[in-house]
Amino acid sequence: MSFAAELLISIFLVISGVFGFVGSFGLVKLKNSLQRLHAPTKATTLGVGGVLVASMIYFYVEKGHLSVHELLITLFLFLTAPITANFIAKTYMARNLRKQDLPESQSDYGWSIYDDPPESVQLPENGTEPVVLDPAKDGGAQS
Amino acid sequence: MIEYALYFTASCYGIALLLDLWRIGVGPDPADRILALDTMVINVIALLVLYGVWRGTAIYFEAAMLVAMVGFVSTVAYCRFVLRGDIIE
Repeated sequence: MSFAAELLISIFLVISGVFGFVGSFGLVKLKNSLQRLHAPTKATTLGVGGVLVASMIYFYVEKGHLSVHELLITLFLFLTAPITANFIAKTYMARNLRKQDLPESQSDYGWSIYDDPPESVQLPENGTEPVVLDPAKDGGAQS
Repeated sequence: MIEYALYFTASCYGIALLLDLWRIGVGPDPADRILALDTMVINVIALLVLYGVWRGTAIYFEAAMLVAMVGFVSTVAYCRFVLRGDIIE
């Protein structure tokens, strides 16, 4: 294996290792949940992409033919990371935010996470009732 | 040189796994724990691919692909469960 190929693979490996570490360090370091959502979903995905690129170069240099397995894994991870992040953000909102904390959804329906009232809605400090959704307005809550 | 880079990257992902584990233990909200679990899955995929490069065999890609799919499905299922109290409605 030529020196240039080794250098290229090593650079990709080191960069991806740093990105993966930064992702998990951000998960520990950042202050609240929605901030913590940023670090792993972006930095760690990029880190895995670097590992897969390094592996692709390695097997191309070693075996002489380009393998597409890594591209499949990369594509799958890059497709699923935003979906996962969206789901986790919705989970956080459903458990920690009340409806009046959010702006209007600008559509016929309310926000989808409030179709059913979240379990952990706290009573406000001043003793008013928690937000009860109007089924007619939010539409199809019991579907 | 590749060997030392592999050592460095594997240690990075190992420490990252420990940090994720810490967040699973501490995380005040279920969203934090789900996020840490998802990050652990992604780190394990990286470690599997690194191991494949270290051993010079391509067989670990299948395992990495399977772990990626199972990880995504389990994260979504966990989020659905916390959101709706049910996975398949």
